[in-house]
Amino acid sequence: MTSVNQLPTNAPRQAERPIIEARDVYKLFGQTPALLGATLAARTGEILAVMGPSGSGKSTLLHCMAGIYTPDKGEIWFDGQRLDTLSDTRRTELRRTAFGFVFQFGQLVPELTVADNIALPLLLSRMSRKAAYARAGAWLPRLGLDGLGDRRTGELSGGQAQRVALARALVAQPKVLFADEPTGSLDTLTGEMVMELLVGNARAEGTTVVLVTHDARVAAYADRQVLVRDGKVTHAEATHTDGTVADTEVEVGR
Amino acid sequence: MTVPLTLLGLLEREPSYGYDLKRDYDAYFGGDKPLPFGQVYSTLRRLARDGKVTGGEAEPGAGPDRKPYTITELGTREFDTWLAKPIEPEPHLQTTLFSKVVLALLLGRPAASYLDIQRTAHMQRMRQLTELKRTGSLMQTLLADHGLFHLEADLRWIDVTSARLDALAEMVRSI
Repeated sequence: MTSVNQLPTNAPRQAERPIIEARDVYKLFGQTPALLGATLAARTGEILAVMGPSGSGKSTLLHCMAGIYTPDKGEIWFDGQRLDTLSDTRRTELRRTAFGFVFQFGQLVPELTVADNIALPLLLSRMSRKAAYARAGAWLPRLGLDGLGDRRTGELSGGQAQRVALARALVAQPKVLFADEPTGSLDTLTGEMVMELLVGNARAEGTTVVLVTHDARVAAYADRQVLVRDGKVTHAEATHTDGTVADTEVEVGR
Repeated sequence: MTVPLTLLGLLEREPSYGYDLKRDYDAYFGGDKPLPFGQVYSTLRRLARDGKVTGGEAEPGAGPDRKPYTITELGTREFDTWLAKPIEPEPHLQTTLFSKVVLALLLGRPAASYLDIQRTAHMQRMRQLTELKRTGSLMQTLLADHGLFHLEADLRWIDVTSARLDALAEMVRSI
């Protein structure tokens, strides 16, 4: 079985232990296989792009790693604990407290204001309204949304809406941000601005990012890119930030 | 070769000395490849010989003073013509990468693996250019974008070719 970048869970060097990891994951939808032994790990603070054509399984892999789907076989590990065997309640809790999400479309509640939407995860975590709105408000200037706090999100442009979604994903200070085609519905320049803000803020917060995209120009914002093909992570390469060669095995698709 | 035409374009603004032309060329177009002084002066000498610029050489008996280079009417005409004429879109339908893939298939070598290695190299370059965009000026951003879009086009070709390798292998061996 493939386990190119698997580290033992009791790895002595804490910094090198993956914060989020898929080990030999299989996932079928009915008779249709989506993942066929996918293995992938992201280190703390790493920005990792998962690339691949439509139907390659890259989004399914993200959903498995984020605890949204349960793998049919294989394991998901988050911060030293097994994620896929947790109860639904514990997984939901973990998703809310430790993970942030940005998707391509429709994540905001259009009837609510920008500030409401950003504060939502904090309110769901039973933070006081005052504290939640204060923290939500602090994110507005960081994402170039000054003065838009009272605007209903249904009235925003695509780029503004995506920046609000990004603020909402980061406001609860998640350990891992999962982004699935976050610029998919945006034009080139607007998409670049969103990527700049995503990468810049994730780095500032030390947040690990798992970014799924079919767009190489978007993937180029990441520290490392891997390719999903036929349900497997077939290709991994060195990072450029620290110069270390992380995973250079090239497993040729068959 | 666009260096002569670029220098003519810079001279359209105002008569200039070789040193100023080199400095401006490097600032606007040099990127990571500054223009050598030798090339500046040899190019200007050729342009003068062909009647597209005047100046440069010290006039006989005029002492050590040199005149700035000035564009002539002929030079202006040539520059205008070049500026307005579209460059030829993708004139060559032969690429090194295509040749490598066909040869690999012909010889039974691992073409898919070669394409993966190329994809890795392309992504690495794209990361560098993206970093340049994040930290550089608008001019550097636009230059980096030009590179990024071309690399992206290559990558798409690599993906499509990877997906069609089996069919291509069959065709290559049947020729």
